[in-house]
Parts: sequence; C-alpha cells; structure tokens
Amino acid sequence: MTWRARNHPSYWAFALHRVSGLLLAAFLPFHFWALSTAITGAARLDAFLDWTRQPLVISAETGLVILLAAHLTGGLRLLALEFLAWPNWQKSAVGLSAGISLAVGLLFLLNAL
Amino acid sequence: MTARAEASLWIVQRATAVVLALAVLVHLATIVYAVRTGLSAVSVLARTQGNPWWLGFYLVFVLAAALHAGVGLRTIIREMTPWRGPSLDIAAVCASLFLLVAGWRAAIGLFA
Repeated sequence: MTWRARNHPSYWAFALHRVSGLLLAAFLPFHFWALSTAITGAARLDAFLDWTRQPLVISAETGLVILLAAHLTGGLRLLALEFLAWPNWQKSAVGLSAGISLAVGLLFLLNAL
Repeated sequence: MTARAEASLWIVQRATAVVLALAVLVHLATIVYAVRTGLSAVSVLARTQGNPWWLGFYLVFVLAAALHAGVGLRTIIREMTPWRGPSLDIAAVCASLFLLVAGWRAAIGLFA
C-alpha cells in the first residue's frame, strides 16, 4: 500500500483505534494491581494515591483518559459503520470521535489539577 | 481455527464492544466525578465497599474487557506478525484469563 493510500482520516482512525487498544491492554494489569493495593489496607492505597499527584503522573493519566475515550468513540464509529447503513459521514464521524475524546481528556485534567 | 470459530470470535468482539461502550461511559463519568471530589483511600472505599450494584457492574465490565482485549490482541498479532495457529489461540486465552482474574480480584477487593 502506498503512503498516499494511507494518509486519509479513516486510516488514521484505524491506526489510533489499534494503538489505543494496545496501550489500554498493556495498562490494565497495572490498573488492577494499583486497585488491589486497597485490599491490603487504606494506608497502602493512600500512599499510592499520593504518588499519583505528581505532574508527570497526572499528564500520563490524562493521556490514558484520552486513549480510553478515543477507543470508545472510535469503537462506536466502527459499530456504526458495520451495523448501520450510513456510508457518507465517515469523515464527520472521525472528527466527532477525536473532538469528544479530547474534550473528555480536558474535563479530566481540569478536575484533576 | 475453523471459519465458524473465527466468526464466533467476531461476534464476541462486537457483543463485548456494545457492553464496553456503556460501561466505559459510566467509568469515564465516575473517573471525572472521583477526581473532582478529591481522591483519598477513605473517599474511594466509602464509595465502593459493600456496594453489590457497583460490584456487579465491574464484574461484567472486567469480563467484557478481558474477552475484548484477548480477541483484539489475537487479531492484531495475526494481522501484523507471522504468528498463527493453536499457540497464538492459547496465548490469547491466557491473556484474557489473566486480565479476568486480576480484574475480578481488584473489583471484589474494592466493592465486596
């Protein structure tokens, strides 16, 4: 496939869905581990929550929230493409997915800071 | 894997996607609510512990996510690497089982 054939919104939406899926799958074991610290007591969970208040961790969390929202909106776009007969709004769906994902990330960041 | 089994995995991926679409919306709303009210062990545990509805929600959420991740990873590996066959299928099942056990353990610890 030539680069030109790939450089269009639907290809980038496909690539983002794949990359966000991979990163979220890689993040899940760490997420479950962090949550399970609560099992051994509130003090351990509090120590972990203190660690998450660093600017770098908040930035990473914001990135993860954007990835999750992007995988959600990209997945809804895919379900709509596969199950609904709406072929003429693909670019709008890509734009809408990106916009909603960034808005959710911003909402998280503004509340986390 | 037979064509019928591949078709079943396709259906599993779409069915779990529908469950996850609803679950992730709720999860994102919970994340924003939780960080807005300030994260501490006391506030997290007060919201979660002894809540059977949230426990049920997260058990279903983890099950859907574990299946979705296993099937998705298998699809990506098949499309982007030469790895095929039963060893890949077993690895995908192991990935799903690992996420399921780790996720359920965390959910039961937090909500039960």
